[in-house]
Amino acid sequence: MTTVTTPQREQTRPGGNLVDMSWDPVTRIVGSLGIHTKIDFDNHLVQECYSTSSIFRGYSVFLKGKDPRDAHFITSRICGICGDNHATCSVYAQNMAYGIKTPPLGEWIINLGEAAEYMFDHDIFQDNMVCVDFCEQMVKATNPGVLAKAEKTPAPHADIHGYKTIADIMRAFNPFKGKFYLETLAISRLAREMFCLMEGRHVHPSTLYAGGVGTVPSPQLFSDYLVRLMKYVEFIKRGLPLHEDLFEFWYDALPGYEEVGRRRIQLGCWGAFNDPESVDYRYETMADWGRSMGVTPGVVVDGKLVTTSLVDINVGLRILLGSSFYKDWQDGEVFVEKDPLGNAIDKRHPWNQTTTPQPQKRDFSDRYSWVMSPRWFDQRTGENLALDTGGGPLARLWATALAGFVNHDYIKATGQSVQIYLPKTAQMDEVTFEWKIPKWSNTIERDRARTFFQAYSAASALHFIEQAQKLQRAGETKTWQEFTVPDEAIGCGFHESVRGVLSHHLVIRDGKIANYHPYPPTCWNASPRDSNGTPGPYEDAVQGSPIFEENGPDAFKGVDILRTVRSFDPCLPCGVHMYNGGGKILEVQHNPMTGVPRKP
Amino acid sequence: MIQADTTAAKRAADIPEVHILWITAGLSCDGDSVSATAATLPSIEDVVMGNIPGLPKVHLHNPVLSFETGDELMKYWHQADEGTLGPFVLVVEGSIPNEKIKEEGYWAAMGTDPQTGQPITTCQWIDRLAPKALAVVAAGTCATYGGIHAMQGNPTGCMGLADYLGWDWKSKAGLPIVNVPGCPIQPDNFMETLLYLLYQLAGQAPMIPLDKELRPTWLFSMRTVHEGCDRAGYYEQGVFTHEYGRPECLVKIGCWGPVVDCNVTKRGWMDGVGGCPNVGGICIACTMPGFPDKFMPFMDEPMGANVSSTGVMLYGRFIKWMRQHTIRKMNQEPKWRHPGRKLTTGYQPRTYSHAAERSSK
Repeated sequence: MTTVTTPQREQTRPGGNLVDMSWDPVTRIVGSLGIHTKIDFDNHLVQECYSTSSIFRGYSVFLKGKDPRDAHFITSRICGICGDNHATCSVYAQNMAYGIKTPPLGEWIINLGEAAEYMFDHDIFQDNMVCVDFCEQMVKATNPGVLAKAEKTPAPHADIHGYKTIADIMRAFNPFKGKFYLETLAISRLAREMFCLMEGRHVHPSTLYAGGVGTVPSPQLFSDYLVRLMKYVEFIKRGLPLHEDLFEFWYDALPGYEEVGRRRIQLGCWGAFNDPESVDYRYETMADWGRSMGVTPGVVVDGKLVTTSLVDINVGLRILLGSSFYKDWQDGEVFVEKDPLGNAIDKRHPWNQTTTPQPQKRDFSDRYSWVMSPRWFDQRTGENLALDTGGGPLARLWATALAGFVNHDYIKATGQSVQIYLPKTAQMDEVTFEWKIPKWSNTIERDRARTFFQAYSAASALHFIEQAQKLQRAGETKTWQEFTVPDEAIGCGFHESVRGVLSHHLVIRDGKIANYHPYPPTCWNASPRDSNGTPGPYEDAVQGSPIFEENGPDAFKGVDILRTVRSFDPCLPCGVHMYNGGGKILEVQHNPMTGVPRKP
Repeated sequence: MIQADTTAAKRAADIPEVHILWITAGLSCDGDSVSATAATLPSIEDVVMGNIPGLPKVHLHNPVLSFETGDELMKYWHQADEGTLGPFVLVVEGSIPNEKIKEEGYWAAMGTDPQTGQPITTCQWIDRLAPKALAVVAAGTCATYGGIHAMQGNPTGCMGLADYLGWDWKSKAGLPIVNVPGCPIQPDNFMETLLYLLYQLAGQAPMIPLDKELRPTWLFSMRTVHEGCDRAGYYEQGVFTHEYGRPECLVKIGCWGPVVDCNVTKRGWMDGVGGCPNVGGICIACTMPGFPDKFMPFMDEPMGANVSSTGVMLYGRFIKWMRQHTIRKMNQEPKWRHPGRKLTTGYQPRTYSHAAERSSK
């Protein structure tokens, strides 16, 4: 569906009974989110959806006036699962502002840390949070018919992962009891140990600085990491076919499920894994060094790659209000009129933003969230696009595949797909996985991409460690570059947090932070309706989405809605409560194939 | 040090089942919940699945891990409020905002009030649940002392749990607030504290020993970061690095280790792996009540360190020179290890000559 028009929906029975339903808090995510909906049980679809966040902390407010060198220590604390992504992004922005670059080995160490973060975070989120929505305990409560079918369906890759039927896979995801659930929790710790080797501790790293890392490179550092990495590689060789079996079964068992959580394809990826050979952190050359990243930045609209330039991406950023608890800054200070290349910078760009909180009552017809509404201005059409990240991996793989730039021993982007090579491990032969561009940007494809990206991260780490060992063996062991903080400077950092696009925008005056605005992925994904009335991605993906759950309003769990929201990998303190509001509830006969709307 | 107040131990001798209500809706990043999933000593699943003998049966209600969503999760909170849930421990994560400084709205909330349609603030939950909990635990530096979100210039006026409830506050079972600081918590430090409390509630352990900042003494009061640091020997010899990425002592480039109560250097981050200064990260004092403001800017040498490190350099460099001399000597093998026809180890005879033996007969 587009962002500018209300989708046309088939109404098999106009004026079907609408029931208010909310989930507060939404669990098995990070942060505070509430999802409030109106559901048409006659036609099995969600009519309206509002996404609200119930926490305000004020980073942009209290960063003002602080020493810029502290920015990454502070902004790491924005997020408790991907704090290191923030710290890394802040270091990128600081490097630009101070006019420095990280020595090559320092850059590889950061990449190894970030790869470990992706391996850990996608692992714990996918298998201990997302897949709980597909576990036996859940499916028994929401779609007993699907479970019965799963009991009789052999898993195509049983010889690889060891679970005979699809129902066995579902049982393996039962929380705290399922075999795969527990295995994945243990693997998430292994990946976090890898992270700690490179960055000191997990969630808020201690070895990252502007100019590089404090990690001491030694042969032991890399062998300690590599041995653990090979265990992870073995794990994902089994895990990927297991998830493929589960997701493919879902499409078969519930025809029409591709419509769940489907949006118009409008994906953003800001790129990850800087290449020390080409990155110099200068804004003037940012478009070039951005294209040499290990994950290609890009904006994909309707399946086409609109740009791979980080400069275009930066210049197009707009922060719209509309439904958030903030004062507008239209009359506020302008910090950056033109970027270093001479491009005009909009008043609504993060560089020029002033954050002034205005706490007030929650009103779904007016203002209802602490999340702002970031949008990307598409110069071709004049639209302010509510880009989503596809939960991170979907946008990353899509942009990387289409661009076709990434090409090393372990990853090859082909223009239509991404090939991922994993070498022999203890119990398994080498294998090449291929992620192909899917037909839809929907719930299942967001989830499927996540598992592929775990493999992508492991394969990338194999490449990084080879490069790092080469430098270490050649005696090029410098990991940090000295610098002084200038009196006046601007900087921006672009990176991929685990769940998608992340940018930090920094303005320094008199050697202190004059303005600092971080834009994490969940701001994009969880944003409320903006000043043009365009809903944010969660809202848009849930609105008009069909309901396949077999329960009526009385026992309704909203599992299809929650699967959709969780497929974006939400990362904010959030809640979902559920209440039956106005509207008479009628008896509903469940038939998922009745009145399922086809979106344009 | 807080003495065990036996008269205040009004709980039953043992509790067969206990609920853990974990509020992540302070001003938090959920990093303490995530960190807890990294623990292995014990792990979260060890505690929840009854893999450790002597513990009550534990029902964990944490939004990050919960099977239930929305009302199905919130019902435990409401039951705890109504007194129908059974014995519970309240864990609070995140800074406690000051909701009184504004006219309307909320800084932090969890769930929705069915009467008003407005979010229920985190402070309301704490007011309702803290008096009914057997024990209240503050997880992470935000909840213990305010942390990052409480730094100078913050708009929410937030604070730590003891600032909010009062430093002398006691639970109905007579326990003070238990603070486990860390940004985030060191995974095993937190789980081990929880384990101790569960043993205590089961009647198997005495009152948890806490220091005056309400931290478990065996984790936070036995040593500083510096005392457990594997770089401390460099300090002692006056060897300091002035750039990051070197193995020597980090005090000159911002490490606060010598004056910070924390065991991370001894314990590592995960089962011995990691641990800030050991790996090359300066200690920014994230377990301390004065964090972050008293330690910023983080990358500058602490004022006190300048004085003490200057002193230590005079003595330390001499000691190091002496040791180098000793090391050189100790790196040489004794001189009797050599090839050749003669044994010079001091053993007699020096050669094994059969000819000599035969001639003596």
